[in-house]
Amino acid sequence: MSETEWTPDQPIVSIKDVHKSFGDLEVLKGVSLDVMKGEVICIIGPSGSGKSTLIRCINALNDIQAGSIQVEGQEVNAPGLDKLALRKKVGMVFQQYNLFPHKTALENVMMAPLLVLKEPEDEVEKRARALVKKVRLEGKEDNYPGELSGGQQQRVAIARSLAMNPDVMLFDEVTAALDPETVKEVLVTIKDLAAEGMTCILVTHEMGFAREIADHIYFTDRGVIVEHGPPKTFFKAAKDPRTREFLSQIL
Amino acid sequence: MAMLKSIPGINSASTTDMAVLKPVSVATPGGASDINFSRFIADLPWWLLPALAAIFMMWPLAAYAQSTYTMADATSALVKWLPFLVFQGFVFNILISITTMALGTFAGVVLGLMQISPNRLISKPAWLITQTFRNSPWLVLLFIVMLAFPFKIEIGGLIIQIPDWIKAVFGLSLPIMANISEVVRGAIASVPSGQWEAAESLAYSRQQTLWRIILPQCFKRMIPPWMNWYAILTMATPLVSLLGVEEIVTLSRQAMAAENGRPELLVPFYGFCLVIFFAYCYPIARGTIALERKYTVKL
Repeated sequence: MSETEWTPDQPIVSIKDVHKSFGDLEVLKGVSLDVMKGEVICIIGPSGSGKSTLIRCINALNDIQAGSIQVEGQEVNAPGLDKLALRKKVGMVFQQYNLFPHKTALENVMMAPLLVLKEPEDEVEKRARALVKKVRLEGKEDNYPGELSGGQQQRVAIARSLAMNPDVMLFDEVTAALDPETVKEVLVTIKDLAAEGMTCILVTHEMGFAREIADHIYFTDRGVIVEHGPPKTFFKAAKDPRTREFLSQIL
Repeated sequence: MAMLKSIPGINSASTTDMAVLKPVSVATPGGASDINFSRFIADLPWWLLPALAAIFMMWPLAAYAQSTYTMADATSALVKWLPFLVFQGFVFNILISITTMALGTFAGVVLGLMQISPNRLISKPAWLITQTFRNSPWLVLLFIVMLAFPFKIEIGGLIIQIPDWIKAVFGLSLPIMANISEVVRGAIASVPSGQWEAAESLAYSRQQTLWRIILPQCFKRMIPPWMNWYAILTMATPLVSLLGVEEIVTLSRQAMAAENGRPELLVPFYGFCLVIFFAYCYPIARGTIALERKYTVKL
């Protein structure tokens, strides 16, 4: 349970029998999954199947009613949880980017390390500029979010999250609001990250991308994980009829 | 029934995040009706001002045709008193309005921030105070403050007389405070919940999120309704004449009494008050609408 017991050979994120309701609506009905360090997992499934809720529970944006979620051995749902400590470990990128519109791209990336981690400004700026370069947005540092395309904004959002040096990255349908032509630039950025060994948990509708990048794919429907497996077997030999129906509609 | 708009993660549970595209909407604080007053004034044509003035001046001729009092008499009486009415009276109205606005804004911002506190022991009373003073007749509030306040206070043997106009400022500040409180709350509520969530996921504390992320985005949105309330307040300042404060309406009455209380003067003198208030508030209303338009388009 305690943090000191966690070693990198144990799952970095461990979800066990999680239940979550919004009022009378039960969204998660006993979900379990483990993610090892450096793994990339994709969660797919129809709208309303609870996949976004699930990853929002991982960094305590949503609370859970029953079950357990551990990040590096730390219980996320513990009453006295240090949410700030958890969120320093877990980065998150949203469907709607959610950049701070009154700050430039570079300021968006720099703010949290300065305010939250209280790191020295010159160091943060160096790191932020490197991150902007890494997401291929050199020259856009001083642009405001309103002056950037959706794909560019989303890449700033990824850089902003990476600036906190997280151990795990959560991606919540990050390409769902984008124009088709800008989807690719965001996916390439995520692929680079995965290749560097970042632990990534993605909720996505991009099946081709999931097949290419994921180590493991989970299919959720109506609050449960129906089926999971490595992409090769998952896409070719899905066993459950619900999975097969979903895949036939989407592929 | 006034309802507290829920702010996910602030005064209600975090919202679900099903895959839905939210409609793009830019809410003005407290809804579009918030600046209807300014919209009406700003839509009036500028020539209404000289037209009104002309009508008021010609009134004695039309209404009292057989009277010996001529328009020239009325005009010269008004011209004679005009510097007195403007510099002793209207300037005082402006002084009252600015002082009231400063006080009301300060108290209103504090109250508005209390309204969005996650602590219900703070937010509920703040909500109640806001609704009470927002929905009370201004004149009644004025009378209560006027009569409840002491005439003088004693600080360490030093006796300070509180002038009536200061008491009037306190009285008028109450409804302004309550309405500014709603403007602040509405502006904060109009910031998309994704901004709170993004800051939360980056480990910002609530205070940091509020002061560094949310409020800077609210500031611009609050300016038009704030100016709107200033114009409404300025128009309401003659209320204090009922309490004997010597502002423009009180002085107009005194001036007319000095002119032997001729009834032909009523319309020109009170008409002059109307015109000068309009002249003062018109540019403010135009500016309010212009800013509103600018900030709405930009988002």
